[in-house]
Amino acid sequence: MAYLELDRVAKQFGAQTVVDDFSLSVGKGEFISFLGPSGCGKTTTLQMIAGFLDPTRGAIRLEGKDLTAIHPAKRGLGIVFQSYALFPHMTAAENVAFGLEMRNVPRAERAERVRAALAMVGLAGYEDRHPRRMSGGQQQRVALARALVIKPSVLLLDEPLSNLDAKLREEMQIELRQIQRTIGTTTILVTHDQNEAMSLSDRIVVMSQGKIEQIGTPQETYEKPASAFVSQFLGKTNDFAGTIDRTVSPTQLVAGSWRAPAPAGLGGPVTVSVRPERIGFGDTGLSAKIITRIFQGNHWLFQCDSECGPAIVIRQNDGIAQPAEGDAVRLTWRPEDMSVRARTGA
Amino acid sequence: MSAAAEERSARAPWALTAPALMLFVGVLLIPLAMTVMLSFHDWGQYKGIEPVFILKNWHEIATDPYYAEMFWRTFRIAILTTLLTALLGAPEAYILNRMSGRWKSFFLLVILGPLLISVVARTLGWALLFGGNNGLVNKLLISLGAIRSPIPFMFTETGMVIALAHVMMPFMVLSVWAALQRLDPQIENAAMSLGAGPVTIIRRIIMPQIMPGVLSGAIIVFSLSASAFATPAIIGGRRLKVAATLAYDEFLNTLNWPLGAAVATLLLVALVLIVVGSNALIERRYAEVFR
Ligand SMILES: Nc1ncnc2c1ncn2[C@@H]1O[C@H](COP(=O)(O)OP(=O)(O)OP(=O)(O)O)[C@@H](O)[C@H]1O
Ligand SMILES: [Mg+2]
Repeated sequence: MAYLELDRVAKQFGAQTVVDDFSLSVGKGEFISFLGPSGCGKTTTLQMIAGFLDPTRGAIRLEGKDLTAIHPAKRGLGIVFQSYALFPHMTAAENVAFGLEMRNVPRAERAERVRAALAMVGLAGYEDRHPRRMSGGQQQRVALARALVIKPSVLLLDEPLSNLDAKLREEMQIELRQIQRTIGTTTILVTHDQNEAMSLSDRIVVMSQGKIEQIGTPQETYEKPASAFVSQFLGKTNDFAGTIDRTVSPTQLVAGSWRAPAPAGLGGPVTVSVRPERIGFGDTGLSAKIITRIFQGNHWLFQCDSECGPAIVIRQNDGIAQPAEGDAVRLTWRPEDMSVRARTGA
Repeated sequence: MSAAAEERSARAPWALTAPALMLFVGVLLIPLAMTVMLSFHDWGQYKGIEPVFILKNWHEIATDPYYAEMFWRTFRIAILTTLLTALLGAPEAYILNRMSGRWKSFFLLVILGPLLISVVARTLGWALLFGGNNGLVNKLLISLGAIRSPIPFMFTETGMVIALAHVMMPFMVLSVWAALQRLDPQIENAAMSLGAGPVTIIRRIIMPQIMPGVLSGAIIVFSLSASAFATPAIIGGRRLKVAATLAYDEFLNTLNWPLGAAVATLLLVALVLIVVGSNALIERRYAEVFR
């Protein structure tokens, strides 16, 4: 049974629909990411769960109870804001203690829980620092401790790592995931960083212009993107224009001079998507010419000009000789490595 | 060659600031020094000003309780005005800050608008509303039977505090407003998500953060009210004098310039000490949080 459920939630600002028909059910202990480009409505959705915005339509339920009827101060959710929104006039310990104070937790227990929470995020010994005297990463940890110490039913994170530099971000990702695994809090993370979403989440909700494009595990969304948007947004991809040829039997999928048995249920013009690392050089297949060849340490990146338009190919640097710039090659891939969608407007 | 260029570039800042510096020295420092010097000169009804060095004026100010009362009244009025602007101005700025776009700019204009009107015109407005038996408000209240005799306003400290507070309000609102702009826009949501109610949010989260703004606004309002001239002159006239109107009277009515200069110098020194002192206190109090 779903722990947190969003049922056809929509939000309008005036005439502008910012979130539309958003349905999602989150299991207890799950780690979900909202992933999408800037302005697609991720924060708006999160704020509706938090209660800072009221949905225009739809219902939000937590353990079957209507969440929208509960005042935000009474929802008991833990929230980490993009700007952290720490209380600058309070020390780290006072910041973390604030939520417990509001819950009238006795002083001794409060001190113990604050200490444990700060230790959990690796800030033991920083109790008496003020936020302005802490680094971005440390402030981020205080914000996380402040949200977790109240034992929230759901943890909401709005781009918590986007203000950190790349290295620290990676460290915090690992730490965040470990903490979440240990205490098992149901978590929703908003991000526009696909790597972050993939490395942290159990499931990803890919959003575009206020609508859900796909909900799936990181692997599903990467390997079986449900739409052109998803395949473009999650990593690099090659889209080739192809057709289903019904004049032969069995029917064939044709993209330039590459052909394979057609998948069932499709006809006419289609788009064939293949990830660059799944394409190899063979004797048959799409004919192409290598424009540039870039060495990137553990792999080679080829930019090719194929019969079906530009293509990118990534090959592991496994010591085998690779074709050179200007070489004519044939691009080939296994049928299970592609995803085929009906092509509209062709 | 390069040494010369270096020398030139080292001189450049001085050369560039020279005009402003000269103006500053010419219109501020020199007259100020002359005023201080003047306060040590002698004066007599028939002999006029005598350029000697005596402590007569300072002795008179220090011993005559009339002056103590005058300065005490000046600072009492300034303190009450400061309290009144803080009590009204801080919530005003907070409410203003929470308004949505169009209303916000409209009311900001309403608050700042009075700055464009002369203090004299505004204070005369108060006098017209409350002054004596003929004041509009008093007339109305009397004819309604709400009061028997007119509410005293002119020539009272209450009237002066109210009129001064009205004049000084924009400075307090602007100062608190500036502090509010530095708040994290999500800070109230953060407190709310941790279970805080609206009163707790204001008391525990907002107030401590805008306090430096309130205090710096208070310093501005206090120093401006303590040295205000136009409003006390109109409301208090010559019956209820404060330090600034007293100095003015000594200069222009009694023609005892040295005594007026001593009053003015004392007011200046007292204000500088109070302002610098409280500023240092505030900076120390909030240093670790707001650096
Ligand atoms: N209070 C508001 N009034 C009007 N429009 C708003 C309001 N808040 C957000 N929007 C609009 O809603 C859309 C979605 O905003 P939202 O903040 O949810 O995007 P986001 O996905 O979080 O983007 P980002 O990655 O940049 O944070 C944007 O087009 C924004 O302009
Ligand atoms: Mg956002």
